[in-house]
Amino acid sequence: MLLLAVDTATPACSVALADVEWAEPVAGTGVVRVTRRAARQVVDPRRHAELLVPLVREALDEASACPADLDALVVGLGPGPFTSLRVGVVTAAAFADALGRPAYGVCSLDGIGADTSGRVAVTTDARRREVYWAVYDSGERVAGPSVGRPGSVVEELREMAVRRVAGPGAQLYPDVFASLGEPVEPATGPGYPSPVTLARLAGASVLAGRPPAPLVPLYLRRPDAAEPRPPKAVAV
Amino acid sequence: MSGVRAGHVPPARSDGPSVRGDAPLVLGIETSCDETGVGLVRGGLLLADTLASSVDEHARYGGVIPEIAARAHVEAMVPAVDRALSQAGLRHRDVDAIAVTAGPGLAGALLVGVAAAKAYAFALGVPLYGVHHLAAHVAVDTLEHGPLPGPSMALLVSGGHSSLLLVPDLATGAVIPLGATVDDAAGEAYDKVARLLGMPFPGGPPIDQAARDGSPTIAFPRAKAGDGTFDFSFSGLKTAVARWLEARNRAGEPIPVAAVAASFQEAVVDVLTAKSVAACRSHGVDTLVIGGGVAANSRLRSLAAARCAAAGITLRVPRPGLCTDNGAMVAALGSLQAAAGVTPSLLDMSASSTLSLERP
Repeated sequence: MLLLAVDTATPACSVALADVEWAEPVAGTGVVRVTRRAARQVVDPRRHAELLVPLVREALDEASACPADLDALVVGLGPGPFTSLRVGVVTAAAFADALGRPAYGVCSLDGIGADTSGRVAVTTDARRREVYWAVYDSGERVAGPSVGRPGSVVEELREMAVRRVAGPGAQLYPDVFASLGEPVEPATGPGYPSPVTLARLAGASVLAGRPPAPLVPLYLRRPDAAEPRPPKAVAV
Repeated sequence: MSGVRAGHVPPARSDGPSVRGDAPLVLGIETSCDETGVGLVRGGLLLADTLASSVDEHARYGGVIPEIAARAHVEAMVPAVDRALSQAGLRHRDVDAIAVTAGPGLAGALLVGVAAAKAYAFALGVPLYGVHHLAAHVAVDTLEHGPLPGPSMALLVSGGHSSLLLVPDLATGAVIPLGATVDDAAGEAYDKVARLLGMPFPGGPPIDQAARDGSPTIAFPRAKAGDGTFDFSFSGLKTAVARWLEARNRAGEPIPVAAVAASFQEAVVDVLTAKSVAACRSHGVDTLVIGGGVAANSRLRSLAAARCAAAGITLRVPRPGLCTDNGAMVAALGSLQAAAGVTPSLLDMSASSTLSLERP
């Protein structure tokens, strides 16, 4: 099955075309084999909306495929900065709707954490001096996603006996995260969620034909809005 | 990636429910503020118009909260498209072109519509037209009253805009701004004065309603009236109303709500209509189109009708449902542009919160 996976939850605008199939000869064993057909990534925190569809077209062209060849869409649901996150989610939703194909959402942090081993925290930039984070055990998410200040996140990680940290969030606050006791683990690869990994994670649902859940972005924060106070006096 | 377009205008089709089955079916998407609008237009014929609004979520804040609006657009976008298509009895693959509001508007809200439009255009292999929000407000009138005799004048008044535009030819995107508010939009002034009077958001309908029971007996200021420009200013008027109400309160006198509403409303529509007629005269134009949410205001409609009749100007105002933000207006402008052979937008187009009119 040919999947298009996109992620816009970090400064990276990432796209991949991937084939998924059951890894075992007997279908339905739960192990998915993923083959990358094409991938594109541009890191520019302010241009996801401009970049995403042209990158999708480049990837399709490289794989000599067209939109109608896609069997399903996969999208990182965040957490991530809201404006760029929405671009990926609504693009995947509209693409799927236009083609009459299902669209599956996956936590974007899983696009980093699912490829780690041991007990690892994955962090990304949440802006406002905070990070998004989740904890993985042998690639399985066991805590999060959450958002918090680096100092308090480190406290929580210490309580969970997490001593290794990956992802671009921790790199922004090296001194804070170094206090976990071991140096911050250098991010492997580009350090952003891998859309190929997201495709693999959604693969079992796609191959089993499970209906997708609604694509609800993981904002983790309420909108900034304050109810107005009574009008202030204008006359002196 | 530049230089490649979203698609090509497909060959004419003979099927479809429209009597003008040879014209392309254009799907229009509008998300510049708090309304998720999707419209379907074929050759000047409105086939579907669906709207999802987040206005109730903003009411307690007294104004539109951009982040709340953007989140609501994400939720409403695809269901709105599907509802429009099913309303018209059409399928996704029947769509021949996508049009979307590229600006001006709330940046985060615009981006949701633009991202969706690009995905629909690319996935369906059809051209994409990024259109100007204010030009679309003018174009929607063609769905009700037929082609505009060029050139025309347009007064666009809403919670976010108050502009006078000269429209030589809609389809080519040639829209010339003559003037605009220098501070608050007219609808914004309605919202603020409504709040002073303890009325709900949005303030236009309750003030319009209250004004029907009163007379414009209070002389509120008409800023920039007769200053020779086509600009507006409404923030001083709002302050004048606030001062007047405070003086009454200090004196312990009751507030004549109907008279305040009528007097405020008269000050707003007096300047709007006087400048619109003056703009028509100074440019030798004999058709005035009024659009935007405030165009639903009953006093604006009646005073504009009286003054246009006296000046020999033909007044065109779409029905209220087409005056507020909607997808039909975007589809209408996209349809005009497609018919005129306007070059489609590139797939790397973006939204622009401050999109200028000269280059839609």
